[in-house]
Amino acid sequence: MDMFAKMMALDRRWVFLTLAIVCVVAYGLTFEVPILINDEVQSIYNFIDTLKPGQIVFIAVDYDPSNQAELQPMLYALMEQCFRKDLKVIITALSQNGPGMADQAIRDVSDSVKLDRTYNGVNYPGRTVERGKDYVFLGYKPYPSLIILGMGQNFRIPFPTDYYGTPIDSLPLMKGVINYDQVACVISLAAGNIADMWIADGQGRYNFKLAFGLTGVMGADYYPYLSSKQIFGIMAGQYGAAQYEKLTDNKGMAQDGMRIQLLAHWLIILFIIIGNIGFFASRRKLKEQGK
Amino acid sequence: MDFSTFLWTSFAAFLTLAIFSFLYKDNPLYKFAEHLFVGVSAGYFVVILFHNGLSPNLLQRLSDGDWYYLWLNSLRPWYIIPGILGILMFSRFSKKWAWVSRYPMAIYIGIAAGVAIPLEMTNRVLRQMVASMTPINWGNFLGSGYLDIASGYSEVIILTGAVSALVYFFFSTPHRGAIGGIAKYGIWILMLGFGATFGFTVMNRISLFANRIQFLWVNWMKNAFNVKGVNPQADTSYMLAFTVVALIFVGYVVWEIMKKFRKAETA
Amino acid sequence: MHKRQLPFILVFIFGAFMAVQYFMPHESSEFIYEFFALDWVPIIGIFALALGIWSLIKVSWDKIKHRRQDWQYSVVLLAGLFTIIFFGFFVKVGEHWEFRFMTSDGLQSYMFRHLFDYIVIPGQATVFSLLAFYIASASYRAFRARNLLATLLLSAALIMMLRFSPIPGLGEYMSKTATWLLNVPNLAAKRAIIIGIGLGMVATAMKVVLGIERGYMGKG
Repeated sequence: MDMFAKMMALDRRWVFLTLAIVCVVAYGLTFEVPILINDEVQSIYNFIDTLKPGQIVFIAVDYDPSNQAELQPMLYALMEQCFRKDLKVIITALSQNGPGMADQAIRDVSDSVKLDRTYNGVNYPGRTVERGKDYVFLGYKPYPSLIILGMGQNFRIPFPTDYYGTPIDSLPLMKGVINYDQVACVISLAAGNIADMWIADGQGRYNFKLAFGLTGVMGADYYPYLSSKQIFGIMAGQYGAAQYEKLTDNKGMAQDGMRIQLLAHWLIILFIIIGNIGFFASRRKLKEQGK
Repeated sequence: MDFSTFLWTSFAAFLTLAIFSFLYKDNPLYKFAEHLFVGVSAGYFVVILFHNGLSPNLLQRLSDGDWYYLWLNSLRPWYIIPGILGILMFSRFSKKWAWVSRYPMAIYIGIAAGVAIPLEMTNRVLRQMVASMTPINWGNFLGSGYLDIASGYSEVIILTGAVSALVYFFFSTPHRGAIGGIAKYGIWILMLGFGATFGFTVMNRISLFANRIQFLWVNWMKNAFNVKGVNPQADTSYMLAFTVVALIFVGYVVWEIMKKFRKAETA
Repeated sequence: MHKRQLPFILVFIFGAFMAVQYFMPHESSEFIYEFFALDWVPIIGIFALALGIWSLIKVSWDKIKHRRQDWQYSVVLLAGLFTIIFFGFFVKVGEHWEFRFMTSDGLQSYMFRHLFDYIVIPGQATVFSLLAFYIASASYRAFRARNLLATLLLSAALIMMLRFSPIPGLGEYMSKTATWLLNVPNLAAKRAIIIGIGLGMVATAMKVVLGIERGYMGKG
């Protein structure tokens, strides 16, 4: 067997091991990956940044733990930005394991905003956020398409109570909040086709400002909606999350993981190059033998 | 991090490593971890479905009546109807009565399909078509700078690209002659689109693994070793929990090697 | 008739009503839309989801009963399932445990939250993270520039993958190229796909409403 054939027959576990080592070493190194901001992420930041205290941001936590790597950092950065700016937040979780993700994020971010912090040169004193007053967590319901339509008529149709079982009419934040008309924007952090439902059943029918945080796999598929102005922003994948963290000046898991991303990407490019060299070399050999 | 949280984290770390051991080969540790988390997440779904779905939307709305009147003296007795329709779904388990479950299913499917017709048509097909039909910016055809999105040529590529990609999907005419040429351009555009998705997918997959490294490193090991005084209360018990998890995996590796060794001896 | 025809007539009535309702938002139709479609139907759906959980329990139980291969793991599965269900409904008040059925106190209990945070999250996240290794292996074995189309795909992917880089100049250059790629050729391709999928969904929904597509109801 010649070298290239041997190379192609290599046990894939060696490839696995190489990737694992490169990723762990990359995380151990200390260097910064430069983050360049894309317009579609900037527009989400700008929109929220210009809202006035008291306005409501609707965040839909539509993902399971399988995609927390990309979407959880977006949720943390977004929620902290809203709480620091004294915006009100309504949260839903229309994915099966979404409520647990939202519940965890609410606990963590509520703790985090208790501390004094400086973001983008502005000093924010610590504060306590109260359930029902500063945020409402509506919880989970199955069949997202009908739930999104239902909330367009009245939040009380699908959600008579919030996640914790409190009737939503008894929550101060929900006073006078009927449907999407009272919300400044909806930001869906989506993994899977719930994003399509937010476009067709939500934005399409009730015409509100909609933006997405998406997993990397879906990222590229939603750019047409950006150009048709059905949505006003996209954060896609860990790089999108890192961009948002950079914009909010709130370094988190996404920016922290970019070191791994960079070296792992280079490794995968290297794999592709080696694989192709082997492929062309063996093809040439076959051709020569054929002649 | 208090010690009980550290024990929980150590268990999570154990599950994480157990699942990674699948990359070497399928083994009992992986099977244990997989079945445990599948069971717990199914149970989690039961609890959420009840407390967030059934209870507020059905039971609490009926619970102002008395259950022994079948809730008919509730202020909103009509909610008994979706309840009954829902229970009819369980007739699927009987061969004789399975047809009964078709009624609630017919209602759900009819409504879901009916809702989709106008909404999908307007928001996906029509609005995307309208967005393509904007006048092309001939005045600024070459744009400014390197690869300008707002330039006329970009707009021409978007319009022609979308139309030719649609032509590629149109199989009622054979792809020959002019149609063939357009379809060929369409598939080039599609390939660039799939390439972009592929590049994004690599980032997605790596981020999933990066997240696990961050968890093991930051949430677990840093606390066990108390690196750079992250946790001033750390004591030997942290190291103990860490060692137990590490030992399980070292033990497994030794066991695997021994097995191979014995196999080689007998052979 | 009642076994087969009537359900399809129901599908047609509700489907046609919902489609027409969109164009005629009259008060009475709005009432049926809000009250019936958006309020009742999700309730019916909850029971359908319960069916799925029930079959998981049944399959695992059968495996244990007949001592099929690897039945021990089904014990683990059921143990996990019932443990979290227990903590979802029982809350420790003072010294003893109380059963909480109608209030959702269980959702905020220590054990319920910890079981999710430390078993479901690492389990699900790690299983999916195995994909990182498979894409690395695939990039080594499968991604070949065999012909023009494959080369186009690979070069687009490479541009996307080089978007962030600490090498001065390269990152900015690739990032600009990637932005153009996403917003121009990618947009055109995905727009065609969205229009195609949209038309496909409308056609399928029409077939269902009109009773042409009947496979979903099963035989009998």
